[in-house]
Amino acid sequence: MFFFNKDKKRNTEGSDIKKTDKNRELHVIMYFFVAAFFSVTVFFCAYVGLSAKKTINSSYNMRQANLEKKVIRGMIFSSKGEILAEEAMNKDNIEVRYYPYKEVFAHAVGFSTHGKSGVEYEANISLLTSNAPVNERLEKEMSGIRNYGDNVYTTYDVSLQQAAYDALGVYRGAIIVSEVKTGKILAMVSKPDFDPNTVSENWAGISAETEDSPLVNRALQGLYPPGSTFKIVTLLEYIREKPDTFKDFQYICNGHFDYGDTRINCFHSSVHGRVSLKEAFEKSCNSTFADIGTLLDLKKYRETADTLLFNSDLPLNVPYSRGSFVLSQSSGEEEIIQSAIGQGNTLMTPAHMNFITCAIANKGMLMKPYQIEKIENYRGMVIEQYAPEEYKRLMTEEEAELLKEYMTGVVLNGTGKKLKGLEYEVAGKTGSAEYGTIKGESHSWFTGFSNPEDPDIAVTVIMEGAGSGSDYAVPVAKRVLDSYYRSAGK
Amino acid sequence: MSGIILGLSRYVLCFFSALYAFHCFLGFGSEGEKERRGVSLLQAFFLILIHVISFTVLYFRTGDTEALYYCALQEVMIIAYMVLMRFLYPESSRILVNNMLFFLSVGLVMLFRLSPEDHNKQFIVAVIALVISLPLPALINRIKEHWKYTYGFGLSGMILIFFVLVVGNVTRGSRLSISIAGVSFQSSEFAKILFILFLAGILSDDCFFGDSRKDHEMRQINTGVSALFAFTYVLIMVLSKDLGGAAIFFVIYVMMLYAALKNIMVPGVSLCLGAAGLAVSYKLFPHVRNRFLAWRRPFSYIEGQGYQITQSLFAIGTGGWFGMGLTEGSPDKIPIVSRDFMFSAIAEELGCIFAVCFILVCISTFLTFINTAISDNNPYYRLLSLGISVCYGFQVFLNIGGVTKFIPLTGVTLPLTSYGGSSCLSMAVMFAIIQSIIVSQE
Repeated sequence: MFFFNKDKKRNTEGSDIKKTDKNRELHVIMYFFVAAFFSVTVFFCAYVGLSAKKTINSSYNMRQANLEKKVIRGMIFSSKGEILAEEAMNKDNIEVRYYPYKEVFAHAVGFSTHGKSGVEYEANISLLTSNAPVNERLEKEMSGIRNYGDNVYTTYDVSLQQAAYDALGVYRGAIIVSEVKTGKILAMVSKPDFDPNTVSENWAGISAETEDSPLVNRALQGLYPPGSTFKIVTLLEYIREKPDTFKDFQYICNGHFDYGDTRINCFHSSVHGRVSLKEAFEKSCNSTFADIGTLLDLKKYRETADTLLFNSDLPLNVPYSRGSFVLSQSSGEEEIIQSAIGQGNTLMTPAHMNFITCAIANKGMLMKPYQIEKIENYRGMVIEQYAPEEYKRLMTEEEAELLKEYMTGVVLNGTGKKLKGLEYEVAGKTGSAEYGTIKGESHSWFTGFSNPEDPDIAVTVIMEGAGSGSDYAVPVAKRVLDSYYRSAGK
Repeated sequence: MSGIILGLSRYVLCFFSALYAFHCFLGFGSEGEKERRGVSLLQAFFLILIHVISFTVLYFRTGDTEALYYCALQEVMIIAYMVLMRFLYPESSRILVNNMLFFLSVGLVMLFRLSPEDHNKQFIVAVIALVISLPLPALINRIKEHWKYTYGFGLSGMILIFFVLVVGNVTRGSRLSISIAGVSFQSSEFAKILFILFLAGILSDDCFFGDSRKDHEMRQINTGVSALFAFTYVLIMVLSKDLGGAAIFFVIYVMMLYAALKNIMVPGVSLCLGAAGLAVSYKLFPHVRNRFLAWRRPFSYIEGQGYQITQSLFAIGTGGWFGMGLTEGSPDKIPIVSRDFMFSAIAEELGCIFAVCFILVCISTFLTFINTAISDNNPYYRLLSLGISVCYGFQVFLNIGGVTKFIPLTGVTLPLTSYGGSSCLSMAVMFAIIQSIIVSQE
């Protein structure tokens, strides 16, 4: 290297071999330190270039205000280009964030005034970064004018979002719709809601209650007992344990299942009689699945739940809650049979249920869910484009195929009949999840996907305290699906 | 006009810092100071430009005419020092002179922005440090029998830090300084020099080069004595709860002993000893555990132990490659930014490109130091300059590594750039010692 010139000269002359010998230690020390400096520099540059953007998006980073002084926050668009959020002047000529769709996109797009949420949170740094042409940026910097921040295109579909918002009506709950083959989130509604235009003014009112706060995005953060929709997991575990014999399974349902002091009733105490595994799933027979629960290997059951993303992180960049499934070998009988039918201590979010549904529809492979399609500078030049990517295989193709067949049966012969005979086909599972102590109060669940042969979208609906899944959540899902196929013109 | 300066300054400063750093390495290729003259003149030009542009921006941003006044005064200081060094010591290393002034001037710019009061104090310190370092090379070269003072150095350094351990002021949980007549001294900064002088003396004894039996015995005795001294120094630093300081003393000793004994076992064994020492102090001291936790998972302890480092990461990340521009970031949100986190403040406001160039200048300084050791035939001067190289290099590594979360924070200052009189003075003395060795080589 060029900075050892002096030594090299001596070596080539061969006059002083001892000298180089004497210098070996010093060279070792020198290289050691240069390597240390080099590592710090690489680490530093890697931080600045790669991970800093995520780090500085933290709500603890007060310096975002410094960026706001230099950049006009960018706009947020739907997938088709409708404006979901923009900077505007209010009547006092003060710059404010304006959300034209108000409550409809309250949780999905979020707000940016009192802290950040939704897309406003996830894309915050991009919205505050200007990738306008360099000469324009320089010009503006020199004259002290703020530059235009980058614009964010989301995956949301306005008409679908509006349909979901209307379909949920006055109920508390959530709807999430994603595109199976890409992982794009097309619609996400949560109720109760709020107007993001007036978050600051109404802050005290909407943030006061914690559990009931309209600020909570129930689609991502609401933890609910999954009820009968969880039978998908129990079913998967059973066919994994009994791959050769599950088709011969039979059970005689007399409306309830007794184990010691515990009694599990079928919904509305229906008596299903002699049922096969498929029939039990289609009719959502609690007694059958409680019985199956007692037959399962608890360790493997837990493992299956874990591969379906229970007790683990979801691939999301916005705040969410983790699903929990806590059965272990020390669990008592009551807990086991309750868990097998989605009651007990099992809790999950609608988004989590939607992702499992997506994986079943997509031959077992979960595509990474995302809500940001691309980032453009204000002139429309693409800065970053997010392509669909595989996230994780949740089950084998054969298993997914079988679950698809069973879920199609639910619509053809079982609790999802209201979705039969439409211009599109549906596969799904209903759920009526009991909660609280009063008997009969239940959350209404539906999760499913359209056109099982070549799946389009997965829809998950929860309506708090509405009643049975087939009576309430299924019609809501139908309205969402109708809207999708009407506007798609398919 | 002011708009153009303010708008362009971020890019211009990054550009000139890159040119400056580039010329640091260009200088290595040439032989002798005469050939380097052109390079070093250009460097001086860039250095002055960076300083003047920065203060001009500060003037426009704050409207404080003192910025211009101090800018002029500091230009006088910078140019006077360059001229005097060239005049007094024609063979001195120009790159080292430039780098020294680069570190000082960048530090003064940031301090003026962070706290004008600290800036004024540091400016006085800088002038004193430069004035002291002027006659030092001549003085040091006049002292002919250094080895006579070896034990004197070793013992006085030890007494200095021991004294502070017993009666010193406690700042942020560590006993580091004593106040004399209202001025506070951080004694360990000066003890470092005495420690290096002591080790250079005892480890360059003739017995390290002979092969007779007596030489072997003497070598063992000298090694043992040096180990005893080093152990005491490190122990006192650990008891003062200054872990960064302890690490510096330890690494200086290990590297100098390795160079003296020429045995690869020395760093090998020391690595194990150092790891064991770290493990023990992790178990014993809660402040060490806190530092470690804050390093591993800063965001889990963001409101407590991890506050400083997360603020530092926010500063660096938000600044980005070109920085926010002087006065437009919030480096003052990092606690004790002017002592420990100058690097983050530089990255936030002057830009990460500037910060990388800053590291490059540090590397070139380190290489100039250690090249002085490599090219010297006198074992005493070899070890002395090696000790100073290691001290400098390790301190830079601990500081920059700490604030970028590469390693846990140690609370070590960034040489010549951080606020602090003692560290600035002692570093200036080390630069002067290296200059004296370079001058005597030619």
